[in-house]
Amino acid sequence: MESLAKQKIIEDLLPQKFGKVGKIWVGVLLAFCTLGLVAYILQLKNGLVVTGLRDYVSWGIYISNFVFFVAISLVGSLITAVLRLSQAKWSTPLTRISEIIAVSAITFASLIIIVDMGRPERFYNLFLHGRLQSPIVWDVIVITTYFFVSILLLYFPLLPDMAIMMKHKDVTGMPWLNKMYTFLGSFWKNTAAQIHISEKAINILSITIIPVAFAIHTVTSWLFATTYRPGWDSTNFGAYFISGAFLVGAGAVVVAMFVFRKAYKLENYIKDEHFDKMGKVLVLLALLYLYFNVNEFLVPAFKMKKSEEEHLMGLFTGEFAVVFWFAISTAMLIPIIILIQKKGRKPLPAFIAGLLVVVGSWFKRYLIVTPTLLHPFLPMYDVPKSYTHYFPTWQEWSIALGSLAGALLIITIFARIFPIIPIQETINEIEEHEQA
Amino acid sequence: MKTNDTSRREFISATLLAGLAVTGCSTGKNPFEPDAATIETVKPSGEMIKLLSVDGEVIEVDKAFLKPVPSLPQVSNELARQGIPGKKFVMVIDLSRCKSLKKCQSSCNHMHSIHPGQNWIKVYPLHESEHTAPFWQPTTCMHCDEPPCVKVCPVDATFKRQDGIVLIDSDRCIGCRFCMAACPYSTRVFNWEELNLPKEIADQPYSCETSVPQKKGTVGKCDFCPDMARKGELPHCVSACPNGVFMFGDMIEDVVTNGAETFRFSDLVRDKAGYRLMEDLGTKPSVYYLPPVNRNFPFENNEEKEETKKS
Repeated sequence: MESLAKQKIIEDLLPQKFGKVGKIWVGVLLAFCTLGLVAYILQLKNGLVVTGLRDYVSWGIYISNFVFFVAISLVGSLITAVLRLSQAKWSTPLTRISEIIAVSAITFASLIIIVDMGRPERFYNLFLHGRLQSPIVWDVIVITTYFFVSILLLYFPLLPDMAIMMKHKDVTGMPWLNKMYTFLGSFWKNTAAQIHISEKAINILSITIIPVAFAIHTVTSWLFATTYRPGWDSTNFGAYFISGAFLVGAGAVVVAMFVFRKAYKLENYIKDEHFDKMGKVLVLLALLYLYFNVNEFLVPAFKMKKSEEEHLMGLFTGEFAVVFWFAISTAMLIPIIILIQKKGRKPLPAFIAGLLVVVGSWFKRYLIVTPTLLHPFLPMYDVPKSYTHYFPTWQEWSIALGSLAGALLIITIFARIFPIIPIQETINEIEEHEQA
Repeated sequence: MKTNDTSRREFISATLLAGLAVTGCSTGKNPFEPDAATIETVKPSGEMIKLLSVDGEVIEVDKAFLKPVPSLPQVSNELARQGIPGKKFVMVIDLSRCKSLKKCQSSCNHMHSIHPGQNWIKVYPLHESEHTAPFWQPTTCMHCDEPPCVKVCPVDATFKRQDGIVLIDSDRCIGCRFCMAACPYSTRVFNWEELNLPKEIADQPYSCETSVPQKKGTVGKCDFCPDMARKGELPHCVSACPNGVFMFGDMIEDVVTNGAETFRFSDLVRDKAGYRLMEDLGTKPSVYYLPPVNRNFPFENNEEKEETKKS
């Protein structure tokens, strides 16, 4: 009986070949990536002049996309580390989904920041002449650390699964894939000693990743908060960014849960219960983010210092009002209203709420970066007219969309070659359950 | 020490050459090295010219052998980063004298070959509150003593020198633009595209002290013209201004001058109630402003008039 159940789990969870929809999906993503790449080649050739960026708004959607990616990557630490350490067993099927989201997002965060550089070929100067006092160097250090810790947190739990996959070579169907599994995981013999070491390592990494995750997004917020500009000059920024990051990451996991469940028919593994629980987590995180938003806007709005006034009024009622209220309602208010109800935590409404969170959060990041730059201390003057406003060009949109597509592509391909739900851990849990 | 060795070698070779009577100068990087081809082909014209050699002897040289020195060897990057010892450069801008002629701006743009449309010096029409008078405020880089831009630069491409000047090493800048976000005075500009420079400018090796040639993908800004200071001359904006708005000098000597008038810096700033911009931010600028009182010119904003006419 037991082995049959085990066999069924393995069959259900082994990676599957792309179906028709899968192929179209990959094709579309590849098309966007190619477009982004073409736009980037144009940018390399002609310089950042191809963007809508100019001297006043010198950071635009590349940087807001960077902040978005860093934010979303924090979910890896939330689901795998925070929930693991708090022994919330229900989160096991979600760990790998959240960890691959984290790895792909942090990869593209690093890439998009290079895209934003005027002289990407001089990147090595960060190592030759890096100065520890610059928050950019802090960011490079913590993001690199986070990347490697995340990769290990993805890799170690994969080892027992790779052993399973090597036993089922016929399922994968591609010899090079089998070679890769052998290369990556053939040393894993499932011995008690290995399991012990692996568990210990995962525990250490889970503890390590929490401060590193806090560091990556706090430091990212400091790229703004260490300047004098109205809208950025805020002691609230670290907590504001972290809470927003957990929210958008959790939203992304709910979206991914729904999509994987549909695409790979995982109803027995990603159950309604998971949407219910993640829905509750999302409500909590949305309320938390709302709290920090109230702090971020109400306090300066109460005082209306002259330097802040132009910026705040631009957001509340001025040129950014539509985007501002759209972001606040889609990232926080509407998801809270949906998910606070029990029937709102069913898979489909939860998926919609998650999607709203992700989209709203992207625009929220745009609002954090751009409006501030349009309100310098001295008025915008003695510059060409085009310098006094900002709208991204097609090259910028293509590169931004290409990077988002690239991140999705990594997740898609990962799910094609590795089980997106941990097989061995699922089996272990069922066995434990039966024994109890 | 390397630079010393080089200059000693150059000195020796120069002396030797002077002893042999100066024969000619190449257009290469080192003006002291003779070019064999030139020596062979130039025919003496017979017209002799008296010259003072480097070791102080008066010598006579045939005119045909003389060539203008293309450009003196530039200050090394290492020296440019250290600055001029014993100096603390300071600027005083007298707002009562400015009528926005923008000669400062055009000479600065020209001398630094700045991208058209961009300006390192901006002349703002400011009107601080309803009942106060409007005035023109030229702004340069403030060369802050606590420069926010230098604090955030990840690669030490922008740096503060011992003489107080903040410069940019465009050969090192990675173009992250964090300094632009950090500067509260919006003084920094970015080279968004390749500059269309004449060949002789584009081919020069970049020098932090001249900030020329500007390079694509890097940041530029007012540099207080330290190359001029090394020659004992005033920055281009100071000498270009017909109204003597800009005064440049050394805080240690306690002297500033606009070329025509010279003032004791401390007296000037005290007597005319000088101030610095955004003092509350703690950036400690090296540029002082004298308030727009007893003005030489009425405030006329023609640009605004033109704009309203157009619209």
